[in-house]
Amino acid sequence: MTEPSRWQTGRLARPYGQSSSANLADVLERVLDKGVVIAGDIKINLLDVELLTIKLRLLVASVHTAKELGIDWWERDPTLSARASRDDLADENRRLRERILTLEDAGAAP
Amino acid sequence: MRRPAGRASYTYAVARGFDPAQIAGLRGVDDTKVYLVPYADIVAAVSSVPLAEFDEAALRVKLERLEWLEAVARAHHAVVDAVAACSVTLPFRLATVYHGDERVTEVLRQAYRRFRGALDRLAGRVELGVKVSTDPEAMISAAPARTSGGVPSPASPSPGKDYLRRRREQHRQRDDAWRQAAAVAERVETTLAELAVDTRHHRPQDPRLSGARGENVLNAAYLVDAERAEELATAAKGLDRQAPGARVEVTGPWAPYSFALPDEALPQGGDGRVGPA
Repeated sequence: MTEPSRWQTGRLARPYGQSSSANLADVLERVLDKGVVIAGDIKINLLDVELLTIKLRLLVASVHTAKELGIDWWERDPTLSARASRDDLADENRRLRERILTLEDAGAAP
Repeated sequence: MRRPAGRASYTYAVARGFDPAQIAGLRGVDDTKVYLVPYADIVAAVSSVPLAEFDEAALRVKLERLEWLEAVARAHHAVVDAVAACSVTLPFRLATVYHGDERVTEVLRQAYRRFRGALDRLAGRVELGVKVSTDPEAMISAAPARTSGGVPSPASPSPGKDYLRRRREQHRQRDDAWRQAAAVAERVETTLAELAVDTRHHRPQDPRLSGARGENVLNAAYLVDAERAEELATAAKGLDRQAPGARVEVTGPWAPYSFALPDEALPQGGDGRVGPA
């Protein structure tokens, strides 16, 4: 049943395990985009994940450099971050509430 | 149910059965111990993770945190890699999580014939990645001296014209690099298709932020018989630097991520998903 090691010759003769040093973009491309897509019990919105991959494709390779430079705009960009879009909604709610209060005050004043 | 409360079964891959001693000590995501859940002659590589860390809400937030994603992606890949070194392996997509090992067994049972079929098809084969990109810098250094034009000649009567000429030259070099890379990509495709069992094309990796100097023209994965992997890699490498403007990069060997099952080959619940237990 057990297969013999498949790396026996030449330059490719290295155990699979060595590829832990693989380029992050290459790894993410495979673990997020490829592989058996089978529904787990925990439902992640695959659309979200796919969207995320697109963002990652733009960001991933540069993220370390970017962070070193203190650039983290994607964490606040509502199209790139669910957290930011929630913050945005909260902001909008707050502004609307304030506006209502202002209007109510204005209505009550005269 | 002998499912520990608050735990879930993170599933990395399905493989043809092998001696669990071969992966003794292997750790997966969240530094959890990896073990095998058997069904008939196949196994799933699984580890028990805290449900609270991997439920819908947690995943939705965490998938957007790049440090977390990188750690989980690398841990996932490391397990897939380790299992693939032991036996023919079908990697699962990141974050495939079940409510306990019974559910994993159930999925193995339901999809057994598909899994077995895919494992038979992949046995003794590996995936190699081949990327062809432009190398504009190599173009510039390879260009004849008259186009080297970095510094304007101090004697030049018209620095503006010099500038425009240099810009035009840069554009021409970039176009040349692209044409050369496209031609090399074509040669890669014809040459490697003869050695490979199957081919998949991935979307080119974005060069803008990748730090890669050139533009990715071809991003392909080849499924190849293990004993021909070296030959394929050598053939691909032989096409590197054939044209000064094109680079060929070989990655892998990978477990056959790109040649896993199509979605429709897998059992789905009534709503298109396997429902929770």
